[in-house]
Amino acid sequence: MSRPMGDSHKRFLQTMMSNGIISSVQAKALHRHCCETHGAHFSPDRLEEFIDVINTNLQPMFMHIRKGTSEEDGAQHYALVNMAETDITRMSSDYADNELELFRKTMDLILDSENGTASSTDLLNCADRLQTKKMKKKETEHVLNKFVQDKWLNEKQGEYTLSTRCIIEMEQYIRTVYQDLIRLCHVCQNIVLQGQICENPECGIKMHYHCVARYFKGRTDPHCPSCSDFWAHEIPEIQPESQNQSSSARDVAAPTPSTSATRRSRRS
Amino acid sequence: MSQNKRVASQNRRSQLVLDEDDEGSLTQPSVSQVQRARENFTPVQVDRKVAEVVQFILIKDQKKIPIRRPDIVKHVIKEYRTLYQDIMKRVDRTFEQVFGLKLVEIDSKNHIYILTNKLEQSREEPISMCPANPKTGLLFVILGVIFMKGGSVKETLVWNTLKKLRVDVGEKHEEFGDGKKIITDEFVRQKYLEYVRIPHTEPLEYEFRWGQRAESEVSKLKMLQFIAELHDQEPQSWTQQYREATSAENNPR
Ligand SMILES: [Zn+2]
Ligand SMILES: [Zn+2]
Repeated sequence: MSRPMGDSHKRFLQTMMSNGIISSVQAKALHRHCCETHGAHFSPDRLEEFIDVINTNLQPMFMHIRKGTSEEDGAQHYALVNMAETDITRMSSDYADNELELFRKTMDLILDSENGTASSTDLLNCADRLQTKKMKKKETEHVLNKFVQDKWLNEKQGEYTLSTRCIIEMEQYIRTVYQDLIRLCHVCQNIVLQGQICENPECGIKMHYHCVARYFKGRTDPHCPSCSDFWAHEIPEIQPESQNQSSSARDVAAPTPSTSATRRSRRS
Repeated sequence: MSQNKRVASQNRRSQLVLDEDDEGSLTQPSVSQVQRARENFTPVQVDRKVAEVVQFILIKDQKKIPIRRPDIVKHVIKEYRTLYQDIMKRVDRTFEQVFGLKLVEIDSKNHIYILTNKLEQSREEPISMCPANPKTGLLFVILGVIFMKGGSVKETLVWNTLKKLRVDVGEKHEEFGDGKKIITDEFVRQKYLEYVRIPHTEPLEYEFRWGQRAESEVSKLKMLQFIAELHDQEPQSWTQQYREATSAENNPR
């Protein structure tokens, strides 16, 4: 029999359920908070074990807390994943049919692009040609905004990308449906959407920005790890973990849309 | 949108008819029927059903929609209905032991359930953890007013109180939009509030009371302590409220 959940585990899980995803910095703080609230023994280096207990108990429910990395800054995150529905049907209780179709189209565009983005102009065009039910500009903007608030997409200056949560939760789906399109990072072997590509057309390997940063750290003359050609991109800086807290804290504190606004958040 | 609603109400109507059937066969199973069903389904199949029911309820709960037994039977349990009791017993146990939640029947005639939290609310939760939800504050204020006024208040009092806090329900609030709709529709649907007509009033007047979800989730003692803190007083100085809050605390539902 697996180790039973204590109240500290249950509180951690409840927070995971209301947030969907948290950064590892937040997970550490939450771990401490949950243990202290319930007088459970707290050892900072036992977070993984703590989550294992939850996962063992979640397994019969086909749920799992899974670790993943943000493509934006390389920060580790934990997402609560539904293993029974690993594709877009996962979202079907929250969205209308044409909204789901728009999401599918957004994924198509992102997966088909070189840099893992889809522009709002392209998405507006898509929305105008949906088969289920067309969407006007205003409605489309509203729905895209909802995807961002629900943490399925990220948006920066009119460019949409798949969120960390989306990649963690739908990895299997993405690997199956887009197997011809997906690229694996040369360094970490995970799916890479946003990253840099080797300029040598014979090679063309792709790496996450954060993997590039780590791989070329301290090298003045960067060369492709595969073909040894000169790496003709600007090498990004490594982001210290404390810095990425601001972006993930913003994620978690983002105003939630009506469907999820009343998740357990009120038990603050 | 309006079309959606129409379709939804049609569904509801046809569902009602079906539900009666479901109900009928639900209360019936004899001991031998249950035993036969237990033999017919493998433990793995039953495990899977339990998981499906848990997920179904969690999704409904995220939207704070009360859960109706006929819906559980019709959409999830289906041909396992003779094992309803077995399955629900395990669902209950899962909610308590894994999620720290409790499935509470708030309407025993129509079999309507909600999920309530078994864990103490903790106010010191790291702020970034809980999406700052302005609605929570709004709800808390209203529940507080009702509680301090002895259990029910006229709606005008609520609107005036909110106005003092610079929330004018007549206008669109920048954080939560249509305040009146949230209070009289969303909170009511979620069973946090009851909004009822006061009989024999002309023009019509309405009053607010605590809804069943609030009764089972919100600690009156904590609320009183919070209000007392605001007023820099002891909770005991509100004799009646203190008595009610402590007796509620000693008789947990
Ligand atoms: Zn990588
Ligand atoms: Zn190369």
